[in-house]
Amino acid sequence: MKTFDYARADSPEAAVAAADEETRFIAGGTNLLDLMKLQVMTPAKLVDISRLDLNRIEDMDEGGLRIGALVANSDLAADTRVRSRYAVLSRALLAGASGQLRNKASTGGNLLQRTRCYYFYDTASRCNKREPGSGCDAREGFNRIHAVLGTSEQCIATHPGDMPVAMRALDVVIVTLKKDGDRRRIPIADFYRLPGDTPQIETVLYPGELITHVELPPAPRGRQIYRKVRDRASYAFALVSVAGIASVEDGRIASAALAFGGLAHMPWRDPAVEAALIGQPPSTEAFNAAADALLTGARGFGHNDFKLPLARRTLIAVLRDLTGDAS
Amino acid sequence: MQFTINGQVHEADVDIRTSLLDLAREHLGLTGSKKGCDHGQCGACTMIVNGRRINSCLTLAVMHQDDDIVTIEGLGGPDALNPLQRAFVTHDAFQCGYCTPGQICSATAMIEEARMGWPSHVSERLDGDVILDNDEISERMSGNICRCAAYPNIVDAIREVAEAGA
Amino acid sequence: MSAHVITMDAPVETSLLDTGAQGIIGKPLDRIDGPLKVAGKAIYAAEQDANTLHGVLVGARIGKGRVAAINEAATLATPGVIRVFTDFETFARNPQQGGEEEAPTQGVREIAYVGQPLALVVAENLEAAREGAEALVIAYEEEAGAFEREAHAAECETPPDASTPAHSSQGDLDRAMADAAVTIDVTYTTPSQSNAPMEPHATIARWDGDNLILHTANQMLASCRKQMADALGIEETNVRLIAPYVGGGFGSKLGIAPEAVAAALAARELGRPIKAVMSRPQVFEATVRRSDTRQRIRLAAGHDGRLTAIGHETLASNLDGEDFFEPAGIATHFLYAGENRSITHDLVRLNLTLSGSMRCPGEAVGMLALECAMDELAEALGMDPIALRKANEPERDPEQDIPFSSRNLIACMDRGAKEFGWDRRDPTPGGRREGEWLIGLGMAAAARSNLMQRSAARVTLRRDGAVIVETDMTDIGTGSYTILAQIAGEMLGAPIGRVQVSLGDTDLPPAAGSGGSWGANSAGSAVYAACEAIRAKLAGAMGASPGDLTLKDGEAIAGNRHVRIADLIDGDLTEEGAIRPGKTDEAFTQAAFGAHFAEVAVNAVTGETRVRRMLGVFAAGRILNEKTARSQCLGGMTFGLGAALTEELVHDIRNGKCVNHDLAEYHVPANADVPQQEVIFIEERDHAANPMLTKGIGELGISGAGAAIANAIHNACGVRVRDYPLTLDKLLPGLPPV
Repeated sequence: MKTFDYARADSPEAAVAAADEETRFIAGGTNLLDLMKLQVMTPAKLVDISRLDLNRIEDMDEGGLRIGALVANSDLAADTRVRSRYAVLSRALLAGASGQLRNKASTGGNLLQRTRCYYFYDTASRCNKREPGSGCDAREGFNRIHAVLGTSEQCIATHPGDMPVAMRALDVVIVTLKKDGDRRRIPIADFYRLPGDTPQIETVLYPGELITHVELPPAPRGRQIYRKVRDRASYAFALVSVAGIASVEDGRIASAALAFGGLAHMPWRDPAVEAALIGQPPSTEAFNAAADALLTGARGFGHNDFKLPLARRTLIAVLRDLTGDAS
Repeated sequence: MQFTINGQVHEADVDIRTSLLDLAREHLGLTGSKKGCDHGQCGACTMIVNGRRINSCLTLAVMHQDDDIVTIEGLGGPDALNPLQRAFVTHDAFQCGYCTPGQICSATAMIEEARMGWPSHVSERLDGDVILDNDEISERMSGNICRCAAYPNIVDAIREVAEAGA
Repeated sequence: MSAHVITMDAPVETSLLDTGAQGIIGKPLDRIDGPLKVAGKAIYAAEQDANTLHGVLVGARIGKGRVAAINEAATLATPGVIRVFTDFETFARNPQQGGEEEAPTQGVREIAYVGQPLALVVAENLEAAREGAEALVIAYEEEAGAFEREAHAAECETPPDASTPAHSSQGDLDRAMADAAVTIDVTYTTPSQSNAPMEPHATIARWDGDNLILHTANQMLASCRKQMADALGIEETNVRLIAPYVGGGFGSKLGIAPEAVAAALAARELGRPIKAVMSRPQVFEATVRRSDTRQRIRLAAGHDGRLTAIGHETLASNLDGEDFFEPAGIATHFLYAGENRSITHDLVRLNLTLSGSMRCPGEAVGMLALECAMDELAEALGMDPIALRKANEPERDPEQDIPFSSRNLIACMDRGAKEFGWDRRDPTPGGRREGEWLIGLGMAAAARSNLMQRSAARVTLRRDGAVIVETDMTDIGTGSYTILAQIAGEMLGAPIGRVQVSLGDTDLPPAAGSGGSWGANSAGSAVYAACEAIRAKLAGAMGASPGDLTLKDGEAIAGNRHVRIADLIDGDLTEEGAIRPGKTDEAFTQAAFGAHFAEVAVNAVTGETRVRRMLGVFAAGRILNEKTARSQCLGGMTFGLGAALTEELVHDIRNGKCVNHDLAEYHVPANADVPQQEVIFIEERDHAANPMLTKGIGELGISGAGAAIANAIHNACGVRVRDYPLTLDKLLPGLPPV
């Protein structure tokens, strides 16, 4: 780990004021320190935001919840309102990491979790995300965990998170404080970026911009499911995950929101998937059509080719559970 | 810097980069917490901070100066084992012993999480009381790797203590 | 003091452990080191001294070539860094194998694999040492390396014979295959695996004049001491290794590892103790891996299932200059009858981490192939897998024509079948479904060669009846402290609480150490011998023959005389005992046997496998402690589970980099992967093995465990994958449509 300046902030305003281009905010630190130990990340300054008053979950007037950026994953998963109204979010959180990590990982930090690409983690490998312009060792290398959607010549890394996938299905809004004191409300649909030519830039956040809250809209109609497929029964990253919310009325799918983990550089959501479902009676044909829509343009890189059939099968099973008779 | 560990106040002058784990092991003589991976991937370093189990390897000591930190040394000495420590011995819930302090600290806080009604990945329902059966304990303890693989015995030991305290 | 030596030249008729009166041998007693371990007060290598400098190894970042130059400037400019040590001649290229008495391969200018330690950066604190290590700039002259077994298979060579011959054959395998009613000719592959003990390899090196003291994580201290002396060119008597607690080893700590040599050199030069602890990636890269293998199994049988031929060809890999080969065919020599046999091992030279012993070398992966091929044969024959194995139970060793010292494979299979409900298995794959889950049952045999090594121990009986056991034996989680206390307590009439055991220090009599499942056999027999000598003295003092002497709770009883031990001896009575293998090694084939049963659920949608139930039934001679022996078996069975389902050390075939060199991506089974396994021991005594009539048990639990799971997966879903581990991606193509 390279050494750094350390400052503890006592307000969000002070935190952004203290931040510069070389600064990282540290809250739980579970991902940041992991990467700093390996010198994958080498911030010159850490601003400790862990004591800020951003650790509450509040009811919003229109029926949603405002989650402070410092709310720990475990607290968010266990919140009774989240459990009863946003089950997909609780389930996604509980499927992630371990009890210890969930106690430390924060809501804001988890949105910014970085990829588990082996070559990103190894400073002796080429990686355009870690070192822009150096190349990508994953494309021709061991890419079993890598992306099949939205990839670029420069990067085939995945976003490793679970919580953000559920949040993508729930259409959360990310509230930030910029260095200039302005606040932004960024829909999660606009928050993440595909790798393109700049895989090192993963979100639309400006340097020094601080996530202060995440707003959950009023609870959606219908059933909610989070299904995660992985190599161990627990404590492993998703190979494929599906966050699904759907309702059926009069024998037809009335609403659907589907987001995917393990497939892309960001929590993936494609309106075409939902369009293939809405208005249709639940059926294997409709589910396959949704999977076709999802996988249009998908491509594997060898070791990860299995993610295509796996995503299809998992999506179909999730859709069956979402639209099947209540059991 | 000043730290409160197991109810005792410790002073230490350490590098800003020092993890909470290295603070304990390298500077305070508290070597009960183990370093297995140093990256939050094994759980051997688990401490209980403000009542919560965390990976002490993945947090900076400097961030914990006002916290209430408990390590394995704070749970019970060899001659005064607490019920969970005793259950680990009687169920042979360890072999080499290296992951054991982390397992015990983790289980201690995990039992509290269950008492608070926190569901887990394997809970059928997200509401209602949590019954710590074998599957629930296994899932909740999966952040603690045991290469000797004493898992069945770890589950038995924890279940016995959780049931006794229920 | 001259030791009382027992040499195993003939079977032992009666063991004193069967006639002891204390009643503690075999009992499921709690570990005597348990309270220290659960309190965090058992002190491991890196914890032995707080006032040290910190050394961090720097490993090569290329897979083959040589070091052109090292630029230390940035490292030396790092605050806190004291020195960069590079000793191209003396540094260990890789760890030594177990039991060797010479130094590991030394010299590191030539680079043989990614991660090969090249330098040690020493600093005042750990943070500075780590930063300094990252800052070290090394220029390389890179060469083309060999990183993939199959790409270099044609260049394979036959290694020298080892624990099993590299090549052996009898009869005519090809002809038997041509003539047989039913044949199986299948090729299985297993990946590199990592021992991955929870405690990283660690050494604190301290010099006291010419004497080197190493607090280190080792399994076999006596031979490691010789290795270290040889590596440094000093006398063995100037080296002391201390390792009272070792946080697992599983073979990776059998020999000295590079960090120990580097720390010793640096400590000598700086005149201060140095602590060198490997990072987790370094443990993956610079210690030991289990070799990847390609195994071709050929089986020929009649319609009655009787084998006429067995072929087991293994291709493994290792570094240049290293003779060790993964002896995958080791149990194939004696497990089943069959006239025509060919068992071979060849080696491909690869620029990858040293291949060495990982728990149950040989059988651990050999049985993944052989026992699945037997399942395939049973299916081809339409025979029950247990019936097939019974049809091939040999009366005597099928190659050497000598008796087995003890063999209860059939009893294990029968007992397991009954307890597990084997009769409920539907032999047609895919027949049982619960919602999304396809349920299957599988079984496999277990076999593990039984070994014993020379060992010595010192036992002291004090006048107050207390007993002290001393040997340099290690306890790496195996339960050595406890079973040695039970042996001595049983023989000398001391309750377990009155026995004190000191281990893990080369100042104590040399034992075999922990490896090859021989620890209890060897060190335990040495303790037995010492106790026997003490008993002889006590009998003499009572004027009785040793056979008539009973010792219990600090009293000696002979005839109808009861005498307190304090009244028999004037002072402490100390004897040294030793065990040596003898003619029973050649006269008998010695192995422990068992049977594994597994029930799995395969998700019909995703291919995820969950092991629902696992039962292991084992016959391993006398069980010294039912509790710790059971734990050893649980651990082995889980190693088998990992080998079957999750563990694969991946190297990038372009450059030999270990891709998944951490515990997030190298998937050791987690708690949720492992069901509440069951273990049953079959009562057995092995009179040819040693005076305790025990056999090794630390590795038996792995042998066949993964095969039982793989066979259960086939039974569940009809998919036979021959490329381990059986991850979901390999099952998907064979699963029913959703």
